[in-house]
Amino acid sequence: MKKLMLAAGLSAALLMPSLSQAATYQIDTQGAHAFVQFKIQHLGYSWLLGRFNTFDGQFEYDAKAPEKSSIEVTIETASLDSNHAERDKHLKGSDFLDVSKFPQSTFKSTGFKSTGAGEGILSGDFTLRGVTKAISFPVKMIGEGKDPWGGYRAGFEGKTTLKLSDYGIDYNLGPASTTVEIGLFIEGIRQ
Amino acid sequence: MSHPLLRNTSSSYGWISIAFHWLMALAVFGLFGLGLYMVELTYYDAWYRGSLDLHKSAGVILACAWLLRLLWKLTNPRPQALGNHRWEHNVAHLAHALLYLLMLALFVTGYLISTADGRAIEVFGLFELPATLTLANQEDIAGVIHWALAWTLMAIVALHALAAIKHHWLDRDKTLIRMIKPGA
Repeated sequence: MKKLMLAAGLSAALLMPSLSQAATYQIDTQGAHAFVQFKIQHLGYSWLLGRFNTFDGQFEYDAKAPEKSSIEVTIETASLDSNHAERDKHLKGSDFLDVSKFPQSTFKSTGFKSTGAGEGILSGDFTLRGVTKAISFPVKMIGEGKDPWGGYRAGFEGKTTLKLSDYGIDYNLGPASTTVEIGLFIEGIRQ
Repeated sequence: MSHPLLRNTSSSYGWISIAFHWLMALAVFGLFGLGLYMVELTYYDAWYRGSLDLHKSAGVILACAWLLRLLWKLTNPRPQALGNHRWEHNVAHLAHALLYLLMLALFVTGYLISTADGRAIEVFGLFELPATLTLANQEDIAGVIHWALAWTLMAIVALHALAAIKHHWLDRDKTLIRMIKPGA
């Protein structure tokens, strides 16, 4: 393990990109400094929150050339967790995400438009339940810099609202619950 | 014995065994039907929540009855099987053992679905059955198995009922009658 880490460290040092190039960041799912959450109305009276516990991805970002930013995220749909087993079972079943048939949901960015310092509109193809749609939503940088352990990190957040029926989910949850808000809170470790 | 009609003898079932048999049969059919029905209910059906609560509570009560019945069975004489074919007796005993085992497996998997997040099962608001195992995707895996077990149980139940009818109308023996009346 130590040898492996040393080797990884060495190769990272040798392959360190020059500062003007966009850097690749690995989303820190290992240390769980990244979250994919969802939020949907319950009966129109309150919010129901949940998250996907297993996902993976990386992004490219350079503050000097933000237009070159890109991101790819893959979510394991079976990792849905709304803190209630019976509900999770229902949400993972064919009435909703049908995770045995559609085990992954993905987002692949196709463009980024800067709208200010550390802000922009991210566009990309989002796939859920086998349906791929082009979506775009605002994202914001939270911060970037050195971490206390010798690495370099950058974090972003973004959220978007999806219409459930766009992705083939037409189960009647009531008129207030036809859309779900997805929130992405990610921290990446520069590679 | 002082209560020959309550306990089994070597040739007949007592009232306790008969009551266990028919009440549990009723509960098994009820739970099977309720289970199939409740998963089809939609969010705005008034019984969306109540049906599941009833299924869980009745399931726990049935599990208690299952245990008591097994204890009763083990401490009572076993009425001799009727009919002359040894293979028939073997198949019947195997089917009976399967009925018990399938019910047990259904209790366990049903319990594992509802307690997968660490929540207890509330039984008719009287007491709570606490969670134990809480593994990843436990509710999904237990759910698939619970469903398959339920259908398998119904298949064995159908075989069991057909065999009883065969004993009654073809063999014309007392196999069915003695499960209705003690000392028959």
